[in-house]
Amino acid sequence: MDFNLKIWRQKDAKSKGSFKTYEVKNISEDASFLEMLDILNEELVMKGEMPINFENDCREGICGTCSLYVNGRPHGPDTGITICQVHMRKFRGMKTIVIEPWRSKAFPVLTDLIVDRSSFDRLIQAGGYVSARTGGVPNANNIPIPKNKAEEAMDAAACIGCGACVASCKNASAMLFVSAKVAQLALLPQGQVEAKRRVQKMVKQMDIEGFGNCTNTGACEAECPKEIKLVNIARLNREFIGAKLGAQVMAM
Amino acid sequence: MVKLDAKIPEGPLAEKWTKYKSDQKLVNPANKRKLEIIVVGTGLAGAAAAASFGELGFKVKVFGIHDSPRRAHSIAAQGGINATKNYRNDGDSVYRLFYDTIKGGDYRSREANVYRLAEVSDEIIDQCVAQGVPFAREYSGLLDNRSFGGSLVSRTFYARGQTGQQLLLGAYGALSKEIHNGSCEMLTMQEVLDIVIVDGRARGVVSRHSITGEIQRHSAHAIVLATGGYGNVFFLSTNAMNSNGSAAWRAYKSGAVFGNPSFTQIHPTCIPVHGDYQSKLTLMSESLRNDGRIWVPKKLEDAKKIQKGELKPTQIAEEDRDYYLERRYPAFGNLVPRDVASRAAKERCDAGNGVGSTGLAVYLDFADAINRLGKNVIEARYGNLFQIYEKIVDDNPYETPMMIYPAVHYTMGGLWVDYELQTTIPGLFAAGEANFSDHGANRLGASALMQGLSDGYFVIPYTMQNYLADQINVPFFKTDLPEFDASEKKVRAELEKLINIKGKQTVDTFHKKLGHIMWDHVGMARNGEGLKKAITMIQELKKEFWKDVKIPGGIDGKNMELEKAWRMADYLEMGELMARDGLDREESCGGHFREEHQTPEGEALRHDDKYTHVSVWEYTGEDKEPALHKEPLNYEFIEVKTRNYKV
Repeated sequence: MDFNLKIWRQKDAKSKGSFKTYEVKNISEDASFLEMLDILNEELVMKGEMPINFENDCREGICGTCSLYVNGRPHGPDTGITICQVHMRKFRGMKTIVIEPWRSKAFPVLTDLIVDRSSFDRLIQAGGYVSARTGGVPNANNIPIPKNKAEEAMDAAACIGCGACVASCKNASAMLFVSAKVAQLALLPQGQVEAKRRVQKMVKQMDIEGFGNCTNTGACEAECPKEIKLVNIARLNREFIGAKLGAQVMAM
Repeated sequence: MVKLDAKIPEGPLAEKWTKYKSDQKLVNPANKRKLEIIVVGTGLAGAAAAASFGELGFKVKVFGIHDSPRRAHSIAAQGGINATKNYRNDGDSVYRLFYDTIKGGDYRSREANVYRLAEVSDEIIDQCVAQGVPFAREYSGLLDNRSFGGSLVSRTFYARGQTGQQLLLGAYGALSKEIHNGSCEMLTMQEVLDIVIVDGRARGVVSRHSITGEIQRHSAHAIVLATGGYGNVFFLSTNAMNSNGSAAWRAYKSGAVFGNPSFTQIHPTCIPVHGDYQSKLTLMSESLRNDGRIWVPKKLEDAKKIQKGELKPTQIAEEDRDYYLERRYPAFGNLVPRDVASRAAKERCDAGNGVGSTGLAVYLDFADAINRLGKNVIEARYGNLFQIYEKIVDDNPYETPMMIYPAVHYTMGGLWVDYELQTTIPGLFAAGEANFSDHGANRLGASALMQGLSDGYFVIPYTMQNYLADQINVPFFKTDLPEFDASEKKVRAELEKLINIKGKQTVDTFHKKLGHIMWDHVGMARNGEGLKKAITMIQELKKEFWKDVKIPGGIDGKNMELEKAWRMADYLEMGELMARDGLDREESCGGHFREEHQTPEGEALRHDDKYTHVSVWEYTGEDKEPALHKEPLNYEFIEVKTRNYKV
């Protein structure tokens, strides 16, 4: 397979970026999308040019590192999967592939296709955990959890923190990401103790980081490689309103 | 001359850890604030250790190569985590997990360490549940278990096929809490390039920021390396692209000794290799062997037709299939340990009975399980794994058997540590896959997560205090000491040297060449001649690399070719040490299979009289032969036997 690639190149955070066109030839249908970029990068290096910087690590769709906006969609043409797991057979019949970084105020571009997603870490740091210390916790089977609740929590916990939800959202909202964590922990008895504080702190942090508001377009759900559901956002809203009504004083 | 003292506490096996904790020194809360610890790596061991240190009140600096601590490769572990809860009432106990682990490791690990691991395993499950890890549950609301290889009980806790992810996110949550509280400082996108030794103790690191290229110095009273394994020496492995052995290797070159470097785990169930451009291999969880049956065609002519695409596996009649694991190992069947399953697959493929276009694959078939339990049950258990398989291979495993082949997965070898997880450099500790300590010559499934969290949550927070108790009067270090100057100068010189080679071959070209040498001669089956050849070939490749590698750009700013080259320089040296270690060990044990040493049935043949020891290698200088030391393994509490998974 042969392709024209239009790829965003940007030297560093301060430089102005632009698209550059590259050609790749004789790509196997069984190669993964990132392997296709590896092949291009090997050619660039042989020519003495700087390779295209893109983030990737596990290449199994679980670490959440890869973050490419391909032909106008986060993680490319397939659904329910990250770009590292998309194979070139999905690009049959296409001639041009456009590759961009995530675009969002809260995810500034660092170089080429790499963005700074530390805002996601700060959202979790604001309260996306149960603050249990190591040791001195109850026996694991002391609190039974209904199977369906545990399964729902697991559905939400499957989030890999890649940022596709933000990249797909016209408002660059992080609601799906935050709601997945809020919902996971609100569904479990272990997380309920701090549920009200958690949701308020995480929502406040979202504003601090410059993420936009949610207008329920559903683009995030459609593009999420882990198929995290919009119902989590509804749960977040319920938790948030509940926390406000509960008038719990929040020490930030 | 290094002195190996494993510091194993006296007394009966079951009381050693309790006794250690009663006798050890502690640091009072006011003094903890005066002590700094560097943790390198944010996987299970690193994140758990850093969070636990932070909670205790130490000042912690955490280094990770990724953009976020949540990306560490523990995230990719699929199957589960072992613990001795005995929730199934099927006869599990601390002793049994200890015994299975020692036996699974083919009697090449330390009794005291392994017993401690089994002992704290239950606490790990309690801890993770308290953090909100959504483990699989039964309708009662209580925790579910499944079986894993090398064991006759069901002791594996799991969260679908994403157990590593959920445990890591638990530890990441704990670390995030401590970052929020100010006790831990997280430094992302930092690659540790050297360990700084001051007056014989580990006192700091020199690192490079992968985006800006800035070289930084950081000091501390103690350092923990939780940097994972070095399976990427093989180029193709199930390790993540950025997993590397460089920090551990730099520690080795600074005087920490290395244990059993050749002990590599080749995992039996991975998606087979398909092309030259392939960048990595994908694991299919061992948990699939709970319900999947492994087979190849009995008749060579059937295998040939399948390889040519003239026959489909579903067209092979039941009586023409060879379920070779069930045939050879009736007691454990498809759930034999990984080393045994991998070798058996290789044996069948070498005999010509392999499948797939390359003949280097075997079937993992779920048809029986789907008939017995229904598609829904199989989907609930393994749905995400089946999906991964289908996306990569473009084949539906509900209808056609999966094709699998062994691939490099884990390194049992690593930095030698004593019972306290301290290396031979005072103040330098190693945790998780980075150390050599618990898995002997073969790791059982669902034990890596257990060991990472055991080391991080429940071992090192104790043993570290025993070291730091003597350090309370040592003030914070300045990084303008001559030792830091020298380290930074060395690192800069090496980076410049790499850049200035300006040769003709890319880093990956060398890496692939090394991978082929390793796979052919230091892989699933090894022999003396091949290992000697590998050493020579690697030495030549190393010379070629330092003459002909091509790296564009400079040392400032993002330069991924430079990062890869730095790691590659170390892989070349690691590969040589692995071959050397494999050559020295004239026996077969666990994942180390020497063709000269096998039983008439083709099983691994140990030589306990000569090799019941840890092979410990000491660096003696550039291009000099390393020195071999031996830590004898004394089995006081269990009887050393030949592993038998047949009856």
